[in-house]
Amino acid sequence: MIQIEKLRKVYRGRGREVTAVDGVDLTVAEGEVFGVLGRSGAGKSTLLRCVNLLERPDEGRVVIGGRDLLALRGGELRRARQGIGMIHQHFGLLGSRTVAGNVAFPLEVMGVPRAERAKRVAELLELVGLTEHAGAYPARISGGQKQRVGIARALAGRPRVLLSDEATSSLDPETTASILALLRDLNRRLGLTVLLITHEMDVVKRICDSAAVMRDGRFTESGPVPELLARPGSELARGLFPLPPAEPRDGSTLIEVTFTGGATGEPFVSALARKYSVDVNILGGAVETVGGERVGRLQLELPGDPPQNAAQLAFLRESGLAVEIKNPDREDAR
Amino acid sequence: MSWDEVMPLLWPATRETLYMTGVATLFTAVLGLLLGVLLVITERGGLLPAPPVNKGLGVVVNIGRSLPFLILMVAIIPFTRVVVGTSIGNAAAIVPLTVGAIPFYARLVEIALREVDPGVLAAADAMGATRREIVGKVMLREARPGLVSGLTVTVIALIGYTAMAGTVGGGGLGNLAVVYGYERFETKVMVATVALLIVLVLLIQAAGDLVARRLTHR
Ligand SMILES: Nc1ncnc2c1ncn2[C@@H]1O[C@H](COP(=O)(O)OP(=O)(O)OP(=O)(O)O)[C@@H](O)[C@H]1O
Ligand SMILES: [Mg+2]
Repeated sequence: MIQIEKLRKVYRGRGREVTAVDGVDLTVAEGEVFGVLGRSGAGKSTLLRCVNLLERPDEGRVVIGGRDLLALRGGELRRARQGIGMIHQHFGLLGSRTVAGNVAFPLEVMGVPRAERAKRVAELLELVGLTEHAGAYPARISGGQKQRVGIARALAGRPRVLLSDEATSSLDPETTASILALLRDLNRRLGLTVLLITHEMDVVKRICDSAAVMRDGRFTESGPVPELLARPGSELARGLFPLPPAEPRDGSTLIEVTFTGGATGEPFVSALARKYSVDVNILGGAVETVGGERVGRLQLELPGDPPQNAAQLAFLRESGLAVEIKNPDREDAR
Repeated sequence: MSWDEVMPLLWPATRETLYMTGVATLFTAVLGLLLGVLLVITERGGLLPAPPVNKGLGVVVNIGRSLPFLILMVAIIPFTRVVVGTSIGNAAAIVPLTVGAIPFYARLVEIALREVDPGVLAAADAMGATRREIVGKVMLREARPGLVSGLTVTVIALIGYTAMAGTVGGGGLGNLAVVYGYERFETKVMVATVALLIVLVLLIQAAGDLVARRLTHR
């Protein structure tokens, strides 16, 4: 489990101060995949680097598996790091060592005896499907294979926690999918807790149980992915389901409906139309599979002002849908 | 002089050049490497940040590199005497050769080490490697091709410096060329030493390139 409290990191240099992480609270439950999404410069990497103290935060607490990392020094901290796997956008492999040599490196650092090392390396390469490439040098394998080496290496110390800094950002979509599938699989099989950062919506969609959106060093929203998707005004939902911009017309109500899991099967649009004898106009919509669940968003137009649609809106909400009214706030039916 | 008279002069001179260059290379490789590593790790944000030390070492290296070898050789005669007990001869030439080559190689080491992908160093740090492991198993190892290429350049520069060893009573091919070829107008000696030096340099460069290539895994 990863617990981060009130984390702050300020970079100071030549009279300039950059607050890269500005008071972040974050809890990743045991066995969960947590994604932090944000634009370039949002502070994602800094946040992640603060988790294994590659960067020392100015304020806050970092607790992993019940241990307060900021209290550790020197050798203790190094041993704690050996129990935290990390994978990197540019892989960070040693070009002078073979695939097997790279995976052996952390084991050498941990002081694992040679014979045992060889056995463990073979196991790890098997786990990521690289047994055949054990003797190849990193320059001779593809990006996806390099990241598999990175993952095998990160798992060498049987960590409970894996940190991933844009692990798929330099890979093509297909390779990205296979690496994400591998991470998901490892998460399930080994019960690995994963904290990953990314600027790709797709990553969150595919493997994250929970997510946060980061901007200017802060989390603007955070929580389980299905919950975020159903949350009105969620940036994550908007990013995952970009709907066409629409202006509510006078005398009509423009709403965005998010449906998750169970509600997907219900023909709620026709039910609504029938029950209230209204003409429902569908302006746009998208359905996606998020974390194995069908999730969708619809943009609907109902005749009449929002107050006139109070019963209809209540009906939709009772059907388990998240409803967001896009009309400008006036006397409002919220 | 006939070629039969020139030949016997060449062998001892070659041996002297190789001796001076070889011993100086040995010391330079070790001390230059050490100095180069210190230059990299003591800088701000380095593995062992110590900006004042870094600045000091930088100044020393720059001074060492800006002194013409001839002047350096004469200037450090007292030091040479302390180290080898004499200030004259091949052994005495080795001291200024080494002192001159160390800062030269240290800079090349520094360049090679800076080429190492910082992402790899960060990865090693994240794995809980000690500083010693990061320097030894990551930095130096990843930089091996560059370190070898740098050493090749240094050895060749050292051969050039040995030509001036005659100034402090040392021998070698350079000295032979000066004493016979230049001062006594023995063209054959001049031609032979120049040819030998060229062959020597080409061989060393080829050997260096070969080793560097072997160490590069592209
Ligand atoms: N070592 C550093 N020194 C000074 N400023 C830094 C340093 N590292 C990051 N920053 C600054 O901190 C802010 C956050 O950077 P960070 O790398 O964490 O962003 P990011 O979200 O990971 O971006 P990206 O998606 O581009 O990787 C940026 O404004 C950046 O310029
Ligand atoms: Mg980043």
